[in-house]
Amino acid sequence: MGYDKRLDGRKHDELREIEAKVGVIKNADGSAYFKIGKTTAYAAVYGPKNIYPKFLADPTKAVLRCHYNMMPFSGMGDRVRPGANRRSKEISMVTENALLPTLELSEFPNSVIDVYIELPETDAGSRCAGICAASLALADAGFIMRDLVAAVAVGKVDDKVVVDLNYDEEALECENGVADIPVAILPQTGEISLLQMDGIVDTAILKEALEVAQKTAKEIYDVQRNALKAKYNEE
Amino acid sequence: MTDYIHKLLEKDNRLDGRKLEQYRDGISIEYGVSKTADGSALVTIGETKVMAGVKMELGTPYPDSPDQGTLMVNVELLPLSSPKFEPGPPSIQAIELARVIDRGIRESHSIDFKKLCVTVGEKAWTVIVDICPINDAGNLFDIGALATIAAIRNARLPALKDGIVDFKTKTDETLPLTKVPLSCTVLKIGDKFIIDPLNAEEKVADSRLTVATTEKDEICALQKGNATALTIDDVDKMVNLAIEKTRELRKYLGD
Repeated sequence: MGYDKRLDGRKHDELREIEAKVGVIKNADGSAYFKIGKTTAYAAVYGPKNIYPKFLADPTKAVLRCHYNMMPFSGMGDRVRPGANRRSKEISMVTENALLPTLELSEFPNSVIDVYIELPETDAGSRCAGICAASLALADAGFIMRDLVAAVAVGKVDDKVVVDLNYDEEALECENGVADIPVAILPQTGEISLLQMDGIVDTAILKEALEVAQKTAKEIYDVQRNALKAKYNEE
Repeated sequence: MTDYIHKLLEKDNRLDGRKLEQYRDGISIEYGVSKTADGSALVTIGETKVMAGVKMELGTPYPDSPDQGTLMVNVELLPLSSPKFEPGPPSIQAIELARVIDRGIRESHSIDFKKLCVTVGEKAWTVIVDICPINDAGNLFDIGALATIAAIRNARLPALKDGIVDFKTKTDETLPLTKVPLSCTVLKIGDKFIIDPLNAEEKVADSRLTVATTEKDEICALQKGNATALTIDDVDKMVNLAIEKTRELRKYLGD
Protein backbone atom coordinates (compact mmCIF):
# COMPACT_ATOMS: atom_id res chain seq x y z
CA MET A 1 0.00 0.00 0.00
CA GLY A 2 1.60 3.23 1.17
CA TYR A 3 0.50 6.80 0.53
CA ASP A 4 1.02 6.85 -3.23
CA LYS A 5 -1.91 9.04 -4.13
CA ARG A 6 -2.70 12.15 -2.08
CA LEU A 7 -6.28 12.69 -0.93
CA ASP A 8 -6.71 15.82 -3.04
CA GLY A 9 -4.73 14.44 -6.01
CA ARG A 10 -1.67 16.67 -5.58
CA LYS A 11 1.87 15.45 -6.20
CA HIS A 12 3.84 14.74 -3.04
CA ASP A 13 5.87 17.92 -3.39
CA GLU A 14 3.06 20.06 -4.73
CA LEU A 15 1.76 23.09 -2.83
CA ARG A 16 -1.86 24.10 -2.81
CA GLU A 17 -2.73 27.16 -4.87
CA ILE A 18 -1.18 30.33 -3.42
CA GLU A 19 -2.34 33.91 -3.67
CA ALA A 20 -0.45 36.82 -2.10
CA LYS A 21 -1.08 40.55 -2.00
CA VAL A 22 0.48 43.42 -0.09
CA GLY A 23 -0.99 46.73 1.09
CA VAL A 24 -4.47 45.31 1.70
CA ILE A 25 -5.07 47.14 5.01
CA LYS A 26 -4.84 50.91 4.55
CA ASN A 27 -4.68 51.79 8.26
CA ALA A 28 -1.59 49.65 8.82
CA ASP A 29 2.03 50.69 8.26
CA GLY A 30 2.42 47.50 6.25
CA SER A 31 0.01 44.69 5.44
CA ALA A 32 -0.43 41.51 3.44
CA TYR A 33 -2.83 38.78 2.48
CA PHE A 34 -1.59 35.23 1.99
CA LYS A 35 -3.87 32.39 0.92
CA ILE A 36 -2.77 28.80 0.46
CA GLY A 37 -5.57 26.40 -0.45
CA LYS A 38 -8.36 27.10 2.02
CA THR A 39 -6.09 28.67 4.63
CA THR A 40 -6.12 32.45 4.55
CA ALA A 41 -4.05 34.90 6.60
CA TYR A 42 -4.11 38.67 6.86
CA ALA A 43 -1.18 40.43 8.53
CA ALA A 44 -0.88 44.05 9.59
CA VAL A 45 2.17 45.83 10.98
CA TYR A 46 1.90 48.84 13.29
CA GLY A 47 5.10 50.55 14.34
CA PRO A 48 7.75 51.22 15.31
CA LYS A 49 5.89 53.11 18.04
CA ASN A 50 6.27 53.86 21.74
CA ILE A 51 6.09 50.86 24.00
CA TYR A 52 3.95 50.75 27.15
CA PRO A 53 4.46 49.84 29.92
CA LYS A 54 7.91 51.38 29.67
CA PHE A 55 9.77 48.58 31.44
CA LEU A 56 9.15 46.38 28.38
CA ALA A 57 11.41 48.68 26.34
CA ASP A 58 14.80 47.48 25.14
CA PRO A 59 17.32 50.34 24.92
CA THR A 60 19.30 48.48 22.25
CA LYS A 61 16.54 47.59 19.80
CA ALA A 62 12.84 47.51 18.95
CA VAL A 63 10.69 44.77 20.44
CA LEU A 64 8.78 42.62 17.92
CA ARG A 65 5.36 41.49 19.14
CA CYS A 66 3.35 39.03 17.04
CA HIS A 67 -0.29 38.28 17.72
CA TYR A 68 -1.67 35.17 15.97
CA ASN A 69 -5.45 34.92 16.09
CA MET A 70 -8.06 32.68 14.49
CA MET A 71 -11.31 34.45 13.69
CA PRO A 72 -14.19 32.76 15.54
CA PHE A 73 -15.58 31.20 12.35
CA SER A 74 -12.22 30.05 10.97
CA GLY A 75 -12.13 26.56 12.48
CA MET A 76 -13.17 23.36 10.72
CA GLY A 77 -15.55 22.42 13.54
CA ASP A 78 -17.29 24.43 16.26
CA ARG A 79 -16.90 28.17 16.60
CA VAL A 80 -13.55 29.12 18.13
CA ARG A 81 -14.04 31.21 21.26
CA PRO A 82 -12.54 34.67 20.77
CA GLY A 83 -9.46 35.72 22.67
CA ALA A 84 -5.99 34.40 23.30
CA ASN A 85 -5.46 30.80 24.39
CA ARG A 86 -2.42 28.61 25.06
CA ARG A 87 -2.17 27.55 21.42
CA SER A 88 -2.37 31.06 19.97
CA LYS A 89 0.15 32.38 22.50
CA GLU A 90 2.68 29.70 21.61
CA ILE A 91 2.18 30.25 17.89
CA SER A 92 2.62 34.01 18.39
CA MET A 93 5.93 33.36 20.12
CA VAL A 94 7.33 30.95 17.52
CA THR A 95 6.18 33.38 14.81
CA GLU A 96 8.29 36.12 16.43
CA ASN A 97 11.26 33.78 16.49
CA ALA A 98 10.71 32.82 12.86
CA LEU A 99 10.72 36.47 11.72
CA LEU A 100 13.43 37.95 13.96
CA PRO A 101 16.48 36.61 12.05
CA THR A 102 15.46 38.72 9.05
CA LEU A 103 15.06 42.01 10.90
CA GLU A 104 17.52 44.68 11.98
CA LEU A 105 15.79 46.14 15.01
CA SER A 106 18.72 48.11 16.47
CA GLU A 107 17.60 51.03 14.32
CA PHE A 108 14.61 51.59 16.59
CA PRO A 109 15.62 51.37 20.26
CA ASN A 110 12.94 51.65 22.98
CA SER A 111 10.08 51.02 20.58
CA VAL A 112 7.73 48.22 19.59
CA ILE A 113 6.60 46.77 16.29
CA ASP A 114 3.24 45.02 16.51
CA VAL A 115 2.36 42.38 13.94
CA TYR A 116 -1.26 41.21 13.94
CA ILE A 117 -2.10 37.99 12.11
CA GLU A 118 -5.76 37.12 11.57
CA LEU A 119 -7.14 33.99 9.95
CA PRO A 120 -10.62 34.07 8.40
CA GLU A 121 -10.45 30.41 7.28
CA THR A 122 -8.08 27.56 8.07
CA ASP A 123 -7.43 24.16 6.54
CA ALA A 124 -4.14 23.29 8.30
CA GLY A 125 -0.90 25.21 7.86
CA SER A 126 -2.22 28.37 9.50
CA ARG A 127 0.94 29.29 11.41
CA CYS A 128 2.95 28.95 8.19
CA ALA A 129 0.47 31.07 6.23
CA GLY A 130 0.59 33.61 9.07
CA ILE A 131 4.40 33.77 8.93
CA CYS A 132 4.37 34.20 5.13
CA ALA A 133 1.85 37.04 5.44
CA ALA A 134 3.68 38.67 8.36
CA SER A 135 6.99 38.62 6.53
CA LEU A 136 5.36 40.33 3.53
CA ALA A 137 3.68 42.89 5.76
CA LEU A 138 7.02 43.77 7.38
CA ALA A 139 8.56 44.22 3.93
CA ASP A 140 5.56 46.33 2.89
CA ALA A 141 6.09 48.49 5.99
CA GLY A 142 9.54 49.29 4.64
CA PHE A 143 11.77 47.65 7.24
CA ILE A 144 15.25 46.73 6.13
CA MET A 145 15.24 42.94 5.93
CA ARG A 146 17.96 40.40 5.28
CA ASP A 147 15.42 38.11 3.65
CA LEU A 148 11.76 37.26 3.49
CA VAL A 149 10.49 34.24 5.41
CA ALA A 150 8.74 31.44 3.55
CA ALA A 151 7.00 28.89 5.72
CA VAL A 152 5.35 25.59 4.87
CA ALA A 153 4.28 22.47 6.70
CA VAL A 154 6.02 19.38 5.44
CA GLY A 155 5.44 15.97 6.88
CA LYS A 156 5.05 12.31 6.58
CA VAL A 157 1.81 10.64 5.68
CA ASP A 158 2.10 6.88 6.15
CA ASP A 159 5.40 6.19 4.34
CA LYS A 160 5.75 9.28 2.15
CA VAL A 161 7.15 12.77 2.63
CA VAL A 162 4.58 15.35 1.53
CA VAL A 163 4.44 19.14 1.54
CA ASP A 164 1.68 21.48 2.64
CA LEU A 165 -0.59 19.00 4.39
CA ASN A 166 -4.27 19.91 4.52
CA TYR A 167 -6.57 19.04 7.40
CA ASP A 168 -7.75 15.74 5.92
CA GLU A 169 -4.16 14.56 5.57
CA GLU A 170 -3.25 15.64 9.09
CA ALA A 171 -6.20 13.63 10.39
CA LEU A 172 -5.64 10.57 8.18
CA GLU A 173 -5.63 7.19 9.90
CA CYS A 174 -2.85 5.13 8.38
CA GLU A 175 -0.48 2.33 9.30
CA ASN A 176 2.66 4.40 9.86
CA GLY A 177 0.92 7.48 11.10
CA VAL A 178 1.18 11.13 10.17
CA ALA A 179 3.86 13.61 11.16
CA ASP A 180 3.31 17.34 10.70
CA ILE A 181 6.43 19.50 10.54
CA PRO A 182 5.89 23.26 10.15
CA VAL A 183 9.10 24.83 8.87
CA ALA A 184 10.05 28.44 8.16
CA ILE A 185 12.93 28.99 5.77
CA LEU A 186 15.03 32.04 4.96
CA PRO A 187 15.11 31.45 1.20
CA GLN A 188 18.44 33.22 0.49
CA THR A 189 20.45 30.96 2.78
CA GLY A 190 18.10 28.02 3.23
CA GLU A 191 18.35 28.44 7.01
CA ILE A 192 15.52 27.29 9.26
CA SER A 193 13.87 29.82 11.62
CA LEU A 194 10.88 27.76 12.72
CA LEU A 195 10.80 24.06 13.33
CA GLN A 196 8.13 22.13 15.15
CA MET A 197 6.76 18.65 14.81
CA ASP A 198 3.82 16.51 15.84
CA GLY A 199 4.08 12.80 15.14
CA ILE A 200 6.76 10.18 14.81
CA VAL A 201 9.54 10.18 12.22
CA ASP A 202 13.02 8.71 11.87
CA THR A 203 16.12 10.78 11.13
CA ALA A 204 16.17 9.88 7.43
CA ILE A 205 12.57 11.02 6.88
CA LEU A 206 13.20 14.19 8.88
CA LYS A 207 16.22 15.08 6.76
CA GLU A 208 14.32 14.37 3.57
CA ALA A 209 11.36 16.46 4.78
CA LEU A 210 13.58 19.43 5.61
CA GLU A 211 15.25 19.27 2.21
CA VAL A 212 11.85 19.24 0.55
CA ALA A 213 10.82 22.21 2.70
CA GLN A 214 13.90 24.11 1.60
CA LYS A 215 13.11 23.45 -2.05
CA THR A 216 9.42 24.32 -1.69
CA ALA A 217 10.22 27.54 0.19
CA LYS A 218 11.71 28.88 -3.04
CA GLU A 219 8.34 28.52 -4.78
CA ILE A 220 6.61 30.39 -1.97
CA TYR A 221 9.33 33.01 -2.05
CA ASP A 222 8.66 33.63 -5.75
CA VAL A 223 4.98 34.27 -5.04
CA GLN A 224 5.92 36.62 -2.18
CA ARG A 225 8.38 38.54 -4.34
CA ASN A 226 5.82 38.88 -7.11
CA ALA A 227 3.30 40.25 -4.63
CA LEU A 228 5.78 42.92 -3.54
CA LYS A 229 6.69 43.70 -7.13
CA ALA A 230 3.03 44.02 -8.04
CA LYS A 231 2.73 46.88 -5.56
CA TYR A 232 6.13 48.50 -5.91
CA ASN A 233 6.83 47.55 -9.52
CA GLU A 234 10.55 47.26 -9.00
CA GLU A 235 12.92 45.14 -11.02
CA MET B 1 -9.21 68.97 12.63
CA THR B 2 -12.48 69.78 14.39
CA ASP B 3 -12.47 73.35 13.07
CA TYR B 4 -11.57 72.18 9.60
CA ILE B 5 -14.42 69.66 9.47
CA HIS B 6 -16.84 72.34 10.74
CA LYS B 7 -15.64 74.84 8.14
CA LEU B 8 -16.05 72.31 5.35
CA LEU B 9 -19.54 71.40 6.54
CA GLU B 10 -20.55 75.09 6.47
CA LYS B 11 -19.92 74.85 2.73
CA ASP B 12 -21.73 71.47 2.55
CA ASN B 13 -18.41 69.78 1.93
CA ARG B 14 -16.50 66.95 3.63
CA LEU B 15 -12.91 65.79 4.11
CA ASP B 16 -13.07 63.46 1.11
CA GLY B 17 -15.10 65.87 -1.04
CA ARG B 18 -18.40 64.07 -0.57
CA LYS B 19 -21.81 65.62 -0.13
CA LEU B 20 -23.32 65.39 3.36
CA GLU B 21 -25.81 62.69 2.43
CA GLN B 22 -23.58 60.61 0.18
CA TYR B 23 -22.04 57.15 0.67
CA ARG B 24 -18.42 56.57 -0.20
CA ASP B 25 -17.67 55.00 -3.60
CA GLY B 26 -16.56 51.46 -4.15
CA ILE B 27 -19.32 49.61 -2.33
CA SER B 28 -18.98 45.87 -2.83
CA ILE B 29 -20.03 42.63 -1.17
CA GLU B 30 -18.00 39.45 -1.59
CA TYR B 31 -19.68 36.24 -0.44
CA GLY B 32 -18.21 32.98 0.84
CA VAL B 33 -14.86 34.50 1.85
CA SER B 34 -14.40 31.92 4.62
CA LYS B 35 -14.96 28.30 3.65
CA THR B 36 -14.89 27.19 7.28
CA ALA B 37 -17.78 29.49 8.18
CA ASP B 38 -21.32 28.31 7.46
CA GLY B 39 -21.85 31.68 5.78
CA SER B 40 -19.59 34.67 5.27
CA ALA B 41 -19.23 38.00 3.54
CA LEU B 42 -16.69 40.79 3.14
CA VAL B 43 -18.16 44.24 2.67
CA THR B 44 -16.07 47.14 1.38
CA ILE B 45 -17.21 50.76 1.42
CA GLY B 46 -14.51 53.26 0.57
CA GLU B 47 -11.53 52.13 2.63
CA THR B 48 -13.60 50.38 5.29
CA LYS B 49 -13.60 46.59 5.05
CA VAL B 50 -15.66 44.40 7.36
CA MET B 51 -15.90 40.62 7.37
CA ALA B 52 -18.72 38.70 8.99
CA GLY B 53 -18.94 34.95 9.46
CA VAL B 54 -21.72 32.69 10.65
CA LYS B 55 -21.15 29.52 12.64
CA MET B 56 -24.10 27.34 13.60
CA GLU B 57 -24.09 25.68 16.99
CA LEU B 58 -26.47 23.00 18.19
CA GLY B 59 -27.58 23.50 21.78
CA THR B 60 -30.41 23.21 24.25
CA PRO B 61 -33.17 25.81 23.74
CA TYR B 62 -33.90 28.27 26.56
CA PRO B 63 -36.56 26.96 28.99
CA ASP B 64 -38.85 29.93 28.22
CA SER B 65 -38.71 29.27 24.46
CA PRO B 66 -38.26 25.51 24.10
CA ASP B 67 -39.35 25.52 20.46
CA GLN B 68 -36.95 28.21 19.25
CA GLY B 69 -33.38 28.66 18.15
CA THR B 70 -31.29 31.67 19.16
CA LEU B 71 -29.04 34.37 17.78
CA MET B 72 -25.73 35.66 19.05
CA VAL B 73 -23.93 38.63 17.51
CA ASN B 74 -20.36 39.41 18.48
CA VAL B 75 -17.94 42.06 17.30
CA GLU B 76 -14.17 41.63 17.47
CA LEU B 77 -12.51 45.02 17.06
CA LEU B 78 -9.31 43.51 15.71
CA PRO B 79 -6.16 45.54 16.41
CA LEU B 80 -5.20 44.50 12.88
CA SER B 81 -7.83 46.86 11.51
CA SER B 82 -6.88 50.10 13.22
CA PRO B 83 -4.14 51.57 15.44
CA LYS B 84 -6.84 52.64 17.91
CA PHE B 85 -7.82 49.05 18.84
CA GLU B 86 -5.86 47.07 21.44
CA PRO B 87 -5.78 43.32 22.02
CA GLY B 88 -7.78 42.10 24.99
CA PRO B 89 -11.35 41.62 26.15
CA PRO B 90 -14.14 43.39 24.19
CA SER B 91 -14.20 47.16 24.71
CA ILE B 92 -17.42 49.06 25.31
CA GLN B 93 -17.32 50.13 21.64
CA ALA B 94 -17.28 46.49 20.54
CA ILE B 95 -20.12 45.62 22.90
CA GLU B 96 -22.29 48.54 21.78
CA LEU B 97 -21.70 47.72 18.10
CA ALA B 98 -22.61 44.07 18.60
CA ARG B 99 -25.71 44.87 20.61
CA VAL B 100 -27.02 47.47 18.15
CA ILE B 101 -26.53 45.15 15.17
CA ASP B 102 -28.10 42.28 17.14
CA ARG B 103 -31.13 44.45 18.00
CA GLY B 104 -31.77 45.35 14.36
CA ILE B 105 -32.12 41.67 13.53
CA ARG B 106 -33.79 40.44 16.70
CA GLU B 107 -36.39 43.20 17.10
CA SER B 108 -37.40 43.14 13.44
CA HIS B 109 -38.20 39.43 13.94
CA SER B 110 -36.17 38.80 10.80
CA ILE B 111 -35.23 35.27 11.75
CA ASP B 112 -37.98 32.71 12.19
CA PHE B 113 -36.49 31.14 15.31
CA LYS B 114 -39.11 28.37 15.38
CA LYS B 115 -37.66 26.99 12.16
CA LEU B 116 -34.32 26.67 13.92
CA CYS B 117 -35.70 24.21 16.45
CA VAL B 118 -34.62 20.60 15.84
CA THR B 119 -36.33 18.83 18.76
CA VAL B 120 -38.66 20.80 21.06
CA GLY B 121 -37.11 21.34 24.47
CA GLU B 122 -33.97 19.44 23.50
CA LYS B 123 -32.14 20.69 20.45
CA ALA B 124 -32.13 23.96 18.54
CA TRP B 125 -29.70 25.89 16.38
CA THR B 126 -27.90 28.98 17.58
CA VAL B 127 -26.87 31.37 14.82
CA ILE B 128 -23.56 32.89 15.87
CA VAL B 129 -22.38 35.88 13.84
CA ASP B 130 -18.89 37.21 14.40
CA ILE B 131 -18.09 40.59 12.88
CA CYS B 132 -14.42 41.32 12.24
CA PRO B 133 -13.31 44.62 10.73
CA ILE B 134 -10.28 44.23 8.45
CA ASN B 135 -9.78 47.98 7.99
CA ASP B 136 -11.74 50.50 10.04
CA ALA B 137 -12.00 53.73 8.08
CA GLY B 138 -15.34 54.64 9.66
CA ASN B 139 -19.01 53.62 9.88
CA LEU B 140 -18.64 50.14 11.41
CA PHE B 141 -22.29 50.25 12.56
CA ASP B 142 -23.84 50.24 9.10
CA ILE B 143 -21.16 48.23 7.34
CA GLY B 144 -21.17 45.68 10.15
CA ALA B 145 -24.95 45.35 9.85
CA LEU B 146 -24.71 44.94 6.07
CA ALA B 147 -21.94 42.32 6.42
CA THR B 148 -24.03 40.47 9.01
CA ILE B 149 -27.09 40.26 6.79
CA ALA B 150 -24.96 39.29 3.79
CA ALA B 151 -23.28 36.49 5.81
CA ILE B 152 -26.63 35.21 7.13
CA ARG B 153 -28.03 35.14 3.59
CA ASN B 154 -24.91 33.27 2.45
CA ALA B 155 -25.23 30.67 5.22
CA ARG B 156 -26.24 27.04 4.72
CA LEU B 157 -27.06 24.73 7.61
CA PRO B 158 -24.44 22.05 8.21
CA ALA B 159 -25.61 18.44 8.07
CA LEU B 160 -26.75 16.59 11.19
CA LYS B 161 -25.60 13.02 11.65
CA ASP B 162 -27.10 11.17 14.63
CA GLY B 163 -27.66 14.46 16.41
CA ILE B 164 -24.07 15.59 15.87
CA VAL B 165 -23.14 18.52 13.62
CA ASP B 166 -21.06 17.60 10.59
CA PHE B 167 -19.55 20.96 9.68
CA LYS B 168 -17.83 19.56 6.60
CA THR B 169 -21.09 18.65 4.92
CA LYS B 170 -23.33 21.60 4.17
CA THR B 171 -26.97 21.14 3.26
CA ASP B 172 -28.87 23.34 0.78
CA GLU B 173 -30.94 24.71 3.62
CA THR B 174 -30.71 28.47 4.09
CA LEU B 175 -31.43 30.31 7.34
CA PRO B 176 -35.08 31.34 7.79
CA LEU B 177 -34.59 35.07 7.15
CA THR B 178 -37.94 36.70 6.52
CA LYS B 179 -36.90 40.36 6.53
CA VAL B 180 -33.76 42.27 5.69
CA PRO B 181 -32.92 44.77 8.44
CA LEU B 182 -30.14 47.24 7.62
CA SER B 183 -29.06 50.40 9.35
CA CYS B 184 -28.02 53.93 8.58
CA THR B 185 -26.13 55.99 11.13
CA VAL B 186 -26.61 59.74 10.93
CA LEU B 187 -24.13 62.04 12.66
CA LYS B 188 -24.96 65.55 13.80
CA ILE B 189 -22.00 67.90 13.63
CA GLY B 190 -22.92 71.50 14.51
CA ASP B 191 -26.29 71.88 12.79
CA LYS B 192 -25.42 69.58 9.88
CA PHE B 193 -26.34 65.94 9.36
CA ILE B 194 -24.05 63.50 7.57
CA ILE B 195 -24.08 59.78 6.77
CA ASP B 196 -21.39 57.13 6.24
CA PRO B 197 -18.85 58.95 8.44
CA LEU B 198 -15.07 58.73 8.28
CA ASN B 199 -13.09 58.10 11.49
CA ALA B 200 -12.26 61.81 11.83
CA GLU B 201 -15.92 62.77 11.49
CA GLU B 202 -16.94 60.18 14.09
CA LYS B 203 -14.42 61.72 16.45
CA VAL B 204 -15.84 65.24 16.25
CA ALA B 205 -19.55 64.33 15.99
CA ASP B 206 -21.80 65.99 18.55
CA SER B 207 -24.43 63.29 18.30
CA ARG B 208 -25.03 60.02 16.50
CA LEU B 209 -28.22 58.15 15.72
CA THR B 210 -28.27 54.63 14.29
CA VAL B 211 -31.59 53.69 12.70
CA ALA B 212 -32.24 50.11 11.64
CA THR B 213 -35.08 49.57 9.17
CA THR B 214 -36.60 46.69 7.24
CA GLU B 215 -37.30 46.68 3.50
CA LYS B 216 -40.80 48.00 4.35
CA ASP B 217 -39.20 51.00 6.09
CA GLU B 218 -40.33 49.77 9.52
CA ILE B 219 -37.98 51.16 12.16
CA CYS B 220 -36.72 48.16 14.12
CA ALA B 221 -33.92 49.54 16.30
CA LEU B 222 -32.53 52.88 17.39
CA GLN B 223 -29.39 53.86 19.22
CA LYS B 224 -28.40 57.39 20.08
CA GLY B 225 -24.71 57.88 20.76
CA ASN B 226 -22.48 60.60 22.21
CA ALA B 227 -23.28 63.08 24.96
CA THR B 228 -24.97 65.94 23.07
CA ALA B 229 -28.76 66.02 23.26
CA LEU B 230 -31.10 66.05 20.26
CA THR B 231 -34.43 67.81 19.70
CA ILE B 232 -37.49 65.97 18.40
CA ASP B 233 -37.01 67.88 15.18
CA ASP B 234 -33.41 66.59 14.94
CA VAL B 235 -34.54 63.01 15.49
CA ASP B 236 -37.27 63.38 12.89
CA LYS B 237 -34.80 64.66 10.30
CA MET B 238 -32.22 62.01 11.12
CA VAL B 239 -34.70 59.12 10.99
CA ASN B 240 -36.11 60.25 7.65
CA LEU B 241 -32.66 60.66 6.18
CA ALA B 242 -31.67 57.22 7.49
CA ILE B 243 -34.72 55.54 5.95
CA GLU B 244 -34.07 57.15 2.58
CA LYS B 245 -30.38 56.23 2.62
CA THR B 246 -30.88 52.64 3.78
CA ARG B 247 -33.02 52.07 0.68
CA GLU B 248 -29.98 53.05 -1.37
CA LEU B 249 -27.69 50.67 0.52
CA ARG B 250 -30.20 47.85 0.13
CA LYS B 251 -29.58 47.77 -3.64
CA TYR B 252 -26.11 46.33 -3.10
CA LEU B 253 -27.64 43.18 -1.64
CA GLY B 254 -29.08 42.54 -5.08
CA ASP B 255 -32.74 42.75 -3.98
